Amino acid sequence: MAEITAAAGAPQFDEAQEAREFEPRGYWATVGARLRRDRTTMAVGLIMVLIIALAVFAPWVATHDPLQGSVLRRLKPIGTPGFFLGTDETGRDIWSRLVYGGRLSLICGITPVLGATCLGGFLGLLAGIGGRLINTLIMRVVDVFYAFPSVLLAIAICGVLGAGIGNTLLSLTVVFTPPMVRVTESLTTQVRSRDFVEAARASAAPMLAIIRQQVLPNVLGGMLVYATSLVSISIILSAGLSFLGLGVTPPHPEWGLMLNALRQAIFVSPVVAALPGVAIVITSLCFNLLSDGLRSAMDIKLPS
Amino acid sequence: MTALRPDLRALDARDRGGPAQPLLLVHDLKKHFPTRGGGFFGARETVQAVDGVSFAVAKGTTLGIVGESGCGKSTTARLLLHLIEPDAGDIIFDGDAVGAPDGISVRDLRLQMQMVFQDSYSSLNPRATIGDIIAFGPRTAKRVSAGAARERADRLLEQVGLRPSLFARRYPHELSGGQRQRINIARALALEPRLVVLDEAVSALDKSVEAQILNLLADLRRDLGLTYLFISHDLNVVRHVSDRVVVMYLGRIVEAGEVAAIFRRPRHPYTQALLRAMPSMDPDRRTETPPLTGDPPNPINPPSGCRFRTRCAFAESVCERVSPRLDPIGGDHDVACHMMVPGSGHSRAVEQQAAND
Amino acid sequence: MARFIIFRLLHTVLILFGVSIVVFGLIHLIPGNPLDILLPPEAPKEVVDRLKVEFGFDRPLYEQYLAWLWRVLSGNLGTSVFTGLGVTHELLNALGNTLVLALPAAVLGFTLGTVFGTVSAFNYGRWPDKFFSVLTILGLSMPHYWLAIVLVVVFAVIWNILPAAGMGSGGGWPTSWDDVRYLILPVITLSMIPMGVIGRMVRSTVLEILSHEFPTALRAKGLRGRRILFHVLKNAAPPALAVMGLQLGYLLGGSILVETVFNWPGSGQFMNLAIFRRDIPVLQGTVVVIASFFVFINLLVDVLQALIDPRMRR
Repeated sequence: MAEITAAAGAPQFDEAQEAREFEPRGYWATVGARLRRDRTTMAVGLIMVLIIALAVFAPWVATHDPLQGSVLRRLKPIGTPGFFLGTDETGRDIWSRLVYGGRLSLICGITPVLGATCLGGFLGLLAGIGGRLINTLIMRVVDVFYAFPSVLLAIAICGVLGAGIGNTLLSLTVVFTPPMVRVTESLTTQVRSRDFVEAARASAAPMLAIIRQQVLPNVLGGMLVYATSLVSISIILSAGLSFLGLGVTPPHPEWGLMLNALRQAIFVSPVVAALPGVAIVITSLCFNLLSDGLRSAMDIKLPS
Repeated sequence: MTALRPDLRALDARDRGGPAQPLLLVHDLKKHFPTRGGGFFGARETVQAVDGVSFAVAKGTTLGIVGESGCGKSTTARLLLHLIEPDAGDIIFDGDAVGAPDGISVRDLRLQMQMVFQDSYSSLNPRATIGDIIAFGPRTAKRVSAGAARERADRLLEQVGLRPSLFARRYPHELSGGQRQRINIARALALEPRLVVLDEAVSALDKSVEAQILNLLADLRRDLGLTYLFISHDLNVVRHVSDRVVVMYLGRIVEAGEVAAIFRRPRHPYTQALLRAMPSMDPDRRTETPPLTGDPPNPINPPSGCRFRTRCAFAESVCERVSPRLDPIGGDHDVACHMMVPGSGHSRAVEQQAAND
Repeated sequence: MARFIIFRLLHTVLILFGVSIVVFGLIHLIPGNPLDILLPPEAPKEVVDRLKVEFGFDRPLYEQYLAWLWRVLSGNLGTSVFTGLGVTHELLNALGNTLVLALPAAVLGFTLGTVFGTVSAFNYGRWPDKFFSVLTILGLSMPHYWLAIVLVVVFAVIWNILPAAGMGSGGGWPTSWDDVRYLILPVITLSMIPMGVIGRMVRSTVLEILSHEFPTALRAKGLRGRRILFHVLKNAAPPALAVMGLQLGYLLGGSILVETVFNWPGSGQFMNLAIFRRDIPVLQGTVVVIASFFVFINLLVDVLQALIDPRMRR
């Protein structure tokens, strides 16, 4: 062909200078850097680490045995020496019950979401990739479960199976799997139709490799954001189940359970009665804000 | 680009038929897409994206495919690589039918035929490094070891004009359009194909960058003994790049032949209009009347007979009744128009015959 | 369009089928013989056998399911094991009471949410945005049953201006200011979550619309603020409507927690009692009805969306 003259061949930039200015950074490294610049999310993260630490190290942080109470010490107000957050209706130290309760509440919050992410993520991926028939099968079954408002479904399952933490975890996993399937399927379908996946197919690569290396890394981000927001719901829902008597059974400390037990105490010691709720609010808020922060950090097009 | 002289180049080890056998032979390719329109129980309407396309690509040459948006060129490209399943027709690669039990499998076809996509950004995985992107094909399809694949990726980066030390560990969003397109080319070459389909590969680039990429493509073709299928809507580029050209309209080929013949003496009214529509740099040659009027008809309901008749100044009743065939009119020049065929019933047929003689 | 509705209706019927199967299957999740729940363990065998036949537990599963389905479709939701009364009548009463809470809460929550979200979006980054964003995310992160307790403490205990529990003159829509007083706290509590969800959703949708070019194009054409707002909201409406439909469903089905705190005789409390008494027919009936409601609300929302936004008619 006729030689098209231009500044052809030689690159239009100074390679050496570019090498000096530019350090290649992966996607997750970029996300991490953006997160570090986001002060709100960093603060939230710190608080979360604190809460989790308190729960994990409960035996060392608690001041009393959370199960031991004395009727003589019922419903002491905040600031009582030795029981700085007061005592509950059977005389147990609130602070100790709060930190021990944090363990159960966090487990009830995180575990079902973990389970739902694995199960729902797998099904969603399958539905997104597997072709029309598999997609229809999976998504219609998901639709049926979507017909139940989540609170209703959780309560119905727990109501039928009985109280206890195992049933709570099970019912919440069942409740959260359909939304996870939907989100993952939607993400997978979007990614699958993008050009680079088609290019990967054109290079004769086996399907499994394409899923693993091209599709999955692009879907995980969205799943993470959604899962984090689900945790905040899960904490509230599991506490709600305990509040109704369907979740954790007494005398174990759990925030929702404590809320229920202290309900009668609102006339006597209102502030003490409100404390477990405050714990729930703070924790749930943290997960919500974390989810938001993750989403902004992962949307590379937006300025950080 | 001048065609390679076969004796100057050692034949590829995978060559099966020698220089005379076309590397790619496409016969009566068809693809119809069902739409979601139509009645509930009635017949589904179909988009006749590709409707009986046939052509051949000789080894070491470049075939250009031209047409407006929606004419079916990109669909054709995807059909060739079996990214979309053809409804009918044969694809024959170096003598082997694709998909036939005694022919060549789709997988093996893809090891010899690759594609460079138009949108340089979306055709690269945003989560992978450049080196990984290029190495992906060899590693997974050919089971090349990680180290060997990385070496190959580095070599390819050099070949397309990018320094591996600078680029191999970068990510697509850190690069410019021209650089990304070079990477697309490198990725396509990673599997050592013999035929490369370039689907609007330079359409999204600035003109100066486009020039660089076209030069690169020319060099690669020479150095690696490649055959190209160059799809574009830009007539100037196609003219410079191709040895032979195929003009498509609404899923059919209306004219095909050697590039000089087509551009010097276009025969089909559509081709003539396309060429007249190219703006000229000469202020004395202004286009006063639009060469082509009307909107392209709906591919869901293409006109009967000759699909171009609704915009053709010479349309007659025979054009509505009978679809013109793609017939040779002398030399390497085929046209699908009733005016070219004596005895077709078109009033101008005899005149053209006389003009040809 | 008609085709879309037909498809949607078929889909709905299918879903309802699935729902009925799930609800029916619930009872068989209980470990042990379903009859054991209904009768004391020392009941004589003849009684057990007779009841087995009467309730149909001796017949194969699919027959039981079909019989139950038939009864449900003809309006008979069975009899409460505990009270012996028909489930249907009591449930509908209770549902009515819940609606008295849910509808005002929905209106309040949606309105507040839309206003907060829109104000936030139009003031992106400035203090109104931050303020309302905090409000909406708090609404989401708060266990509403806890908020209920707090509100009761403040308004009923400390200040004593609103009643702490109960429904007032009992049953039905409020007929006097006194009745309305009983409504205020529960409605505010229930509206928190919808307010939060809708608020955040509207904010992000409106922000996304504003980032497109057409509002700028509208302003360049000379349109004033209020008209631009109208156009933006019209575009934001479809997804917002979808979420509102969902939220209405949650209000109906999830009111149980608030009703427990306020001792409100709605379907939530109805179900709560049923759970504790192991009154399976009541539980089944309630879940089936509420789920069906939810499915119909979703159908309505989908049709509305398709009417507004032609792109949704798949």
